[in-house]
Amino acid sequence: MSQYVLRRLLIAIPSLLGISVVLFVVLALAPGDPFSELATNPNVPPEVQAALRAKFGLDDPIHLRYLHWLNAMLHGDWGFSFVSRMNVDTLILQRLPATLYVIGSAQILALLIAIPVGVYAATRPYSLFDQIANTLAFVGFSLPTFFTGILFILIFSVTLDWLPFVYTTDIKGTGIHWVLEMIRQAIMPVAVLGLFQAASMTRFVRSAMLDVIRLDYVTTARAKGLGQTKVIVKHVMRNAMIPVVTLIALQMPAVFGGAIVTEQIFRIPGIGSLLISSILSNDTPVVMAVTFVFACLVVLFNLIADILYGWLDPRISFR
Amino acid sequence: MLDKELRSMIGQVKDGRMDRRGFIKHMAAVGLTAPLANQILALGGVAMAEGASTYKPTKRGGGGALKLLWWQGPTLLNPHFATGTKDQDGSRLFYEPLASWDPDGNMKLVLAAEIPSIQNGGLAADGKSVTWKLKPGVKWHDGKPFTADDVVFNWEYASDPATAAVTIGTYRDIKVEKIDDLTVRLLFAKPTPFWADAFVGAPNCIIPKHLFADYKGAKSREAPNNLSPVGTGPYKFVEFKPGDLVRGVINSDYHMPNRPYFDTLEMKGGGDAVSAARAVIQTGEYDFGYNIQVEDDVLLRLEKGGKGKAVYAVGGDTEFIALNFTDPNTEIDGERSSMKTKHPLFSDPAVRKALSMLVDRESVKKAIYGRAGRTTANFLNGPEKFVSKNNTWEFSVEKAAKLLDDAGWKPGADGIREKDGKKLKLLYQTSINGPRQKTQAIVKQACQKAGIDVELKSVVASVFFSSDVGNPDTYPKFYADLEMFQIPMSQPDPSQHMRRYTSDRVSTKENKWQGTNFPRWVNKDYDAIIAAAEAEMDPIKRAALYIKANDLLIQEVVFIPVQHRLKVEAAANNLVCIVSGWANETDNLFDWYREA
Repeated sequence: MSQYVLRRLLIAIPSLLGISVVLFVVLALAPGDPFSELATNPNVPPEVQAALRAKFGLDDPIHLRYLHWLNAMLHGDWGFSFVSRMNVDTLILQRLPATLYVIGSAQILALLIAIPVGVYAATRPYSLFDQIANTLAFVGFSLPTFFTGILFILIFSVTLDWLPFVYTTDIKGTGIHWVLEMIRQAIMPVAVLGLFQAASMTRFVRSAMLDVIRLDYVTTARAKGLGQTKVIVKHVMRNAMIPVVTLIALQMPAVFGGAIVTEQIFRIPGIGSLLISSILSNDTPVVMAVTFVFACLVVLFNLIADILYGWLDPRISFR
Repeated sequence: MLDKELRSMIGQVKDGRMDRRGFIKHMAAVGLTAPLANQILALGGVAMAEGASTYKPTKRGGGGALKLLWWQGPTLLNPHFATGTKDQDGSRLFYEPLASWDPDGNMKLVLAAEIPSIQNGGLAADGKSVTWKLKPGVKWHDGKPFTADDVVFNWEYASDPATAAVTIGTYRDIKVEKIDDLTVRLLFAKPTPFWADAFVGAPNCIIPKHLFADYKGAKSREAPNNLSPVGTGPYKFVEFKPGDLVRGVINSDYHMPNRPYFDTLEMKGGGDAVSAARAVIQTGEYDFGYNIQVEDDVLLRLEKGGKGKAVYAVGGDTEFIALNFTDPNTEIDGERSSMKTKHPLFSDPAVRKALSMLVDRESVKKAIYGRAGRTTANFLNGPEKFVSKNNTWEFSVEKAAKLLDDAGWKPGADGIREKDGKKLKLLYQTSINGPRQKTQAIVKQACQKAGIDVELKSVVASVFFSSDVGNPDTYPKFYADLEMFQIPMSQPDPSQHMRRYTSDRVSTKENKWQGTNFPRWVNKDYDAIIAAAEAEMDPIKRAALYIKANDLLIQEVVFIPVQHRLKVEAAANNLVCIVSGWANETDNLFDWYREA
């Protein structure tokens, strides 16, 4: 087992290096310039922009810049943002709590809806409940989050005036009031993201359950006189969850990566909005760091998913 | 008229026979009002008036929270590193300049005790130095006194190339010396008619020497106070999250009486302009939103029964179409639009004149800019003293067609005019931005009617405005026949703005396209006018020279002005916000209050 994990981690190194090369080259080839806003400011002579480019090493050849970056990264130096002249790791850590809170809650909400609904729908396929759940799921994942987000804002903020649509990180007040406000302002973004995730996940859970529920061993279990609940939870679900675990594990990095569109709509200061504003201002070190962390998380969670398989299905062995 | 009559009027103001307001009225009658009217008086020997304050509250604080929504939040809080106006806005919350600009372009004293003039000895008659007296008793937020050393330090800090400050352009060609603890003198290398650049306005705020002295030069990035400003402003710094949030709290030791009004301050970043307008005007979650570039009918709809309104500030920003005087389709030595070529179509002045008649400025205003735009015949639209009254514009497809007919451009079989085998086909580029694409469509339609084929091209703003030497789509390269955008005017003076188009500033491969003259227009008369204006200390003659420069740009159709654009902000109905078209939104924040 530990040998298996070690091997997987070693294999991850070249793939991460490959990813970083691709990311770096793509970013370096992308058009734009972090100091482009200076170009339209008549107060700033063009030489200033050129001097800044030279100072921040933007004029060096790509391979040199990559080696510098890699070397710094290996020493734990993530570089600094050209735009805010602040260390990238501080910038990311500052944004992490909001993202973890909102996206994490949305994932939990999605799971809380998807698993019970999917399982129940699968036990009674084509029943009225199943039909309704199916229809809603289709509606749910056909509507993009930027649409539902704005719809929610129009209904709950503008028309009904119940919920704020600008997310604030510094809510005044303490104790219970603070907690309530935190919940209140997160309701809309969490609902938008959670329902969207839940829709596709419900479909997934349902079909995974249906695959298993027809198998002979389930009939055997029933024949031996086990109750419905026990059959479903202990025998069917455990086996059906293997593909579901993969799906969830692959979605976990997204919890750290943030949701670009939703964060932008509700002004949530998370990783997603940091990424988009950095892309827009061509702040390469930040974009590089965020995407690279994201790549690392994908590799890591893939590994975790593989290990979980072994726990769910002891027949899978690690070699 | 100008010279003699004005001089006698200045004399009357000096003797007290004419009041200042009367003088400004007279100036308005001849088209010379507002910001620099006051500078005329200053140089004519009468002190510049300080902008009047409309501030009413009679005690400090008690105004509760002020919530600002900056849909592009500040990413750093050191004014010397500000890459955009958003960063200047954020820094200005805590830091202060010597003086700021009010909505009429008048100077307002902040850290200075008086406006330099010839009378009080502040201005040298030869225009080569200016002496500022500092307000006594001003303290930094940490209690240390503000002195001349701080001012001198800012010059040293910014003019050191190793600091990599974006303000270096303002400070590298001047010298600053300390006279005594509360007096500094700025020395210019040559006569400088517009002396109010260094240390004035939000871009040129002053940072404390005692906190930044160790971080001058190459170590500038490491200064801990880059992210936690200690200024002299009306609000003290509390918290900063780049791109997301800036928080401040009242400075109960502030140097202006009864100010500030609000107890706390919050500047929230992120999102987009439309939803920012909604949060201020419709739901009232925020008090003020900046740079609300939203279509006018959307704003009107939000304003109906809303909690806020749109606020406009007049500056000198002109949206224009520039014409390329070189050939973008011929490559010489690896360079298109090379100075060795001439534009095959625009070398005929009739084509340029016809084009200017095909831009329907009224429709552009009605359909696109609404209250945020004004039609104009001039390239230079402010301050008013510099605005020419000599030009008119008209939109007429017929006249344009006739002009082209007369010049020998006859419609071919496909309806497109041609002459000597050259077809009137133009490439018209701009950055991606809703209003700009609509303007393109309006111009294209009129051109088609007149027999000119226009191909439209839109470039992502981050590319269009970049200085990326490898990219062919940037505005300084101008690989098109026409291009449209605006260059903001960041101070109430035209010198920087008009200087860009002299022959020695042509943008070429040789200077890596860093030259500012992107139309690549070469005109000896223009060069002479600008050279004369930059050495001219007499404000009246100087204004006349800039008017002449503008007229030349218009007569030669180097630019076709499309719209004089106003700044648009959103504000709560009960917020009294002083916003100047000549300054950053937060430049007059000390005068903001809420009406009961």
